[in-house]
Amino acid sequence: MRSDGKPRASWSLRAAALAGMAFLHVPLFFIILYAFSVEEKSFVFPLPGLTTKWFAVAFQREDIRAALGLSVRVALMSTAIAIVLGTLAAAAVWRSRFFGRESISLLLILPIALPGIITGISLRSAYNLMDIPFSFWTIVIGHATFCIVVVYNNVLARLRRSAPGMIEASMDLGANGFQTFRYVILPHMATALLAGGMLAFALSFDEVIVTTFTAGQQTTLPIWMLSELVRPRERPVTNVVAVFVIAVTLVPILIAFYLTRDTHEAAGSGK
Amino acid sequence: MSNPDSTAVSFSSVSRVFGEVRAVDNVSFDVGEGEFFSMLGPSGSGKTTCLRLIAGFEQPDAGRILVHGRNVEGVPPYERDVNTVFQDYALFPHMTVYENVAYGLMIRKVPSAERRRRAEEMLEMVKLAGMGERKPSQLSGGQRQRVALARALINHPSVLLLDEPLGALDLKLREQMQDELKSLQRRVGITFIYVTHDQGEALAMSDRLAVFNHGRIEQIGAPGEIYEHPATAFVAGFVGVSNLCEGALAQRLAGSTRPFAIRPEKISMLPASGAAPDGAVTVLGKVSAATYLGSTTRFVVALEGGGELTVVRQNSGGSLSVTPGDGVRLCWSRALMQPLQGPAK
Repeated sequence: MRSDGKPRASWSLRAAALAGMAFLHVPLFFIILYAFSVEEKSFVFPLPGLTTKWFAVAFQREDIRAALGLSVRVALMSTAIAIVLGTLAAAAVWRSRFFGRESISLLLILPIALPGIITGISLRSAYNLMDIPFSFWTIVIGHATFCIVVVYNNVLARLRRSAPGMIEASMDLGANGFQTFRYVILPHMATALLAGGMLAFALSFDEVIVTTFTAGQQTTLPIWMLSELVRPRERPVTNVVAVFVIAVTLVPILIAFYLTRDTHEAAGSGK
Repeated sequence: MSNPDSTAVSFSSVSRVFGEVRAVDNVSFDVGEGEFFSMLGPSGSGKTTCLRLIAGFEQPDAGRILVHGRNVEGVPPYERDVNTVFQDYALFPHMTVYENVAYGLMIRKVPSAERRRRAEEMLEMVKLAGMGERKPSQLSGGQRQRVALARALINHPSVLLLDEPLGALDLKLREQMQDELKSLQRRVGITFIYVTHDQGEALAMSDRLAVFNHGRIEQIGAPGEIYEHPATAFVAGFVGVSNLCEGALAQRLAGSTRPFAIRPEKISMLPASGAAPDGAVTVLGKVSAATYLGSTTRFVVALEGGGELTVVRQNSGGSLSVTPGDGVRLCWSRALMQPLQGPAK
């Protein structure tokens, strides 16, 4: 990207970079490719033929629609919770210096560093202990634990970059606390919030591990895909759904990247 | 301005303590209506804390602050008839220059047509006409400084507080802005309270200045008074350059151990054989160093019997040529010696 003024990369380095990119992206390519396969029992290469009929089939299936609906609702709700709590936490850590501030910061970031399986098991035990039946909300709480982190990171990075005098300047010019929040703090954070929200949505939408422990009998889209892999029936349908998930998660991430580009912010930090 | 009192800001015995540090220690002063008042001091001397006390960002731990005769204890910043130009300008990065300048009016719900008219007037006054649609990030340091100034002045505050507003600018621009600020202040007639650590700036711009040190005011006065008659060794050393003499040296030169200061440019340098005028203080010495500074030359003269004095002489030509190693006679009028309070540091 920034080749100007720097020596050109050697051939071996370029080859290694290409191999790395291929390793990351070739599987994605095959997922997309097999969504168009006419062979429904197994994955064979080369493809015996190409068809788009699986898109229509996938669209007709009730179980897919239900899973998709649940996933979207869970992602929206987790993102909403993450935006409120993540912003408040970032504001608290930025503005005031209190006992245990660094620990709170660490505790907030921990869920994303912990393996999902730990988060999942602990949430499940907690639900059991408190006699909370599995529901939409148990999934949402599970997802919110890691969604908060991306919002928190984005907002905190934006706040740390802002001139410390901005709030004082606003008060000095006659704005009270609410007006300062409305006209200065909120607009200043808007793109960071949006980016954090997009990432949180994408994270929640394709989450499997924590969901497995907190969903009970409910099926989100990723869980549906996992169960579908075990019983081979209309296999390309799973790939069609995968293509859809790729699109739904990639677009928000690209938007978030665009919103925070040219800044040294933590848009993608986290998962 | 309901109170016709001619005092804009008044501090009586104000203190502000941060933990163990007495940032402002029993400070009292009055700033007159329409005055250009500077608070000068090294960093950490309490001058910025005083400014923040007036703005309302800090509350005094003791003492009373009046702004136009009104006790401002507990009054939040947004209810004070005072505006600030911040050191880092603190412009709102997501707003245009125009929105920044009109912010105070927008908050006070001034109709948008009048808002625009007044903001444009203001931008014209600070020579930024036509820049209204730009973002602060597209402006130079000097331009941002003017936006900060316009944003504060548009509210017609009774007092404008300026916290080292020229600190981030380069020397040429700083000198130009000094003149502009001074003439702007005369035009608008608003009381300016100006914080700086640059003694040249304070001397050039102020009607009066207060010299701060360790949270206390060492001296308050007009620039000439402060420079010609520094009250303490700190003022003599911080405002301009002084030769500080005390103890045996003071005894030998002035006939008393009381410390005194003498400005380097007040000392005349004669040939060693020359005769000093009647009544002048005089002493023999040997030049140990000479530094050419363009318009002036600075000499360090080692005195007979110990001690040394710095002498600064205009390079106007025609005067005695002196090189290191030469013996010289220094002399000055007794009236130019400034007796100091407290020990010389």
